[in-house]
Amino acid sequence: MSVPADLRYTPEHEWVSIEGTTASIGITEYAAQQLGDVVYISLPAAGASVTAGEPCGEVESVKSVSDLYSPVDGEVVEVNGELEDDPSLVNAEPYTAGWMFRVRVAQDGNGDPALPPDLLSAAEYEELTKSAG
Amino acid sequence: MTSSAERPRQTPLHAVHERLGATMTPFAGWQMPLRYASETAEHQAVRHAAGLFDLSHMGEIAVAGPEAGAALDYALVGNLSALRPGRARYTMICAEDGGVLDDLVVYRLDEDEFLVIANASNTAVVFDSVRDRVAGHNARVTDATGDYALVAIQGPEAAGILAPLAGDLDLGTIRYYAGAFGAVAGRRAWVARTGYTGEDGFEVFCRPEDAVHIWDALAAGGAAAGLVPAGLAARDTLRLEAGMPLYGNELGPDVTPFEAGLGRVVKFDKPGEFVGREALAARASSGPIRRLVGLTVQSRRIARHGYPVLADGKPGGTVTSGAPSPTLGVPIAMAYLEPGADRDNHVLAVGIRGAEVPVQLTDLPFYRRRH
Repeated sequence: MSVPADLRYTPEHEWVSIEGTTASIGITEYAAQQLGDVVYISLPAAGASVTAGEPCGEVESVKSVSDLYSPVDGEVVEVNGELEDDPSLVNAEPYTAGWMFRVRVAQDGNGDPALPPDLLSAAEYEELTKSAG
Repeated sequence: MTSSAERPRQTPLHAVHERLGATMTPFAGWQMPLRYASETAEHQAVRHAAGLFDLSHMGEIAVAGPEAGAALDYALVGNLSALRPGRARYTMICAEDGGVLDDLVVYRLDEDEFLVIANASNTAVVFDSVRDRVAGHNARVTDATGDYALVAIQGPEAAGILAPLAGDLDLGTIRYYAGAFGAVAGRRAWVARTGYTGEDGFEVFCRPEDAVHIWDALAAGGAAAGLVPAGLAARDTLRLEAGMPLYGNELGPDVTPFEAGLGRVVKFDKPGEFVGREALAARASSGPIRRLVGLTVQSRRIARHGYPVLADGKPGGTVTSGAPSPTLGVPIAMAYLEPGADRDNHVLAVGIRGAEVPVQLTDLPFYRRRH
């Protein structure tokens, strides 16, 4: 099971990659495996504001439907339109072609992205998936 | 006495599933493979080549004795005494009020020996009911679930893969809904041409200690033909495309076979009395109180079990099962519609988490094999 070291994670199995003040967001390989074949994804619209820890979309697989949470506060600047035609990209390449949406992250007083303090490191996330069995 | 931490039972093939990296799921008190890799790929393999299933969780109830046939005629809604040895029948067990307790496949292994296959979730109920109903007949009822493993090989390539491993058994002589004793990979088995996928295929009932040997032989023999192991997720989409009901979804104590469109399984003309006859005869003459229909969904969203069906925006029924159909390329569902809602002049929709998604009435089954 792949858990890239350079990403941050949420307990709800999203990954987030921060570059400058832009956060790219998707779901982890563990999540994709647990869901099974993804058949439909509902994403927030570009321009929508999202709040960390609140549902902003849905991921539907053959067997289940799950809420998608934003790991960060900010404004959606781009969504992955490819997923509309091919949601299976989430299973095939969860960390690359299967990315879901990008958010301009709110900034703190120093102009740095204001990230929630409870994002997990790769090691912490891996620990969490192991204890979940 | 109750146990607070009852662990799910493992089938004799558990180590095989672990070796194959299956995603396991608790199901009816058992730990079962949900999928090995992609359930959609497993589904397609069964439609176009073959799939291998572990169904050892299914209940096997043996009914044996000189009056076994008559006893089952009384206990079930079918005419089992008329079944010839070596043949199988799809039937149901109903409550006194006509409600469905389970749907069953019954094999007549021999003149005096029947094997009743129950859904795993209902094995105890079916066993208790059959045992109670059979009292007074010269027949004994045993829960033989632990005596059998069940490996199913399903798909157009199934017969070709099984034949070279089946020794003296001539599969060509085993017709659909028939079975025979023989050996598979050298191990004794009851080999039946039955299944729950809408494809040709076989179900191999063997001793638990022979299950891994038989599984491995079929997997190795079928690999070149495209056989893959397939889990419960694929089994569910396969049976849904084939329009086959699932207990707990389309069938349950609140419906009779007539609501499910399966009134033909109730044999009023068989000899003797049977449990549920009066209520079922009344329902046969009054007609079903709801009607099971097929729906195709005009969206990629899935209309799932329990979602409301709307007719012209008003409550008109409930979805019983829903999934993407790999064969049709759109989501499909089965649903019970209330009287009146199933007419063509209504605009039908399913409420999918707040959104009204248009659906279309579609004849069942969604898929029928071409041979």
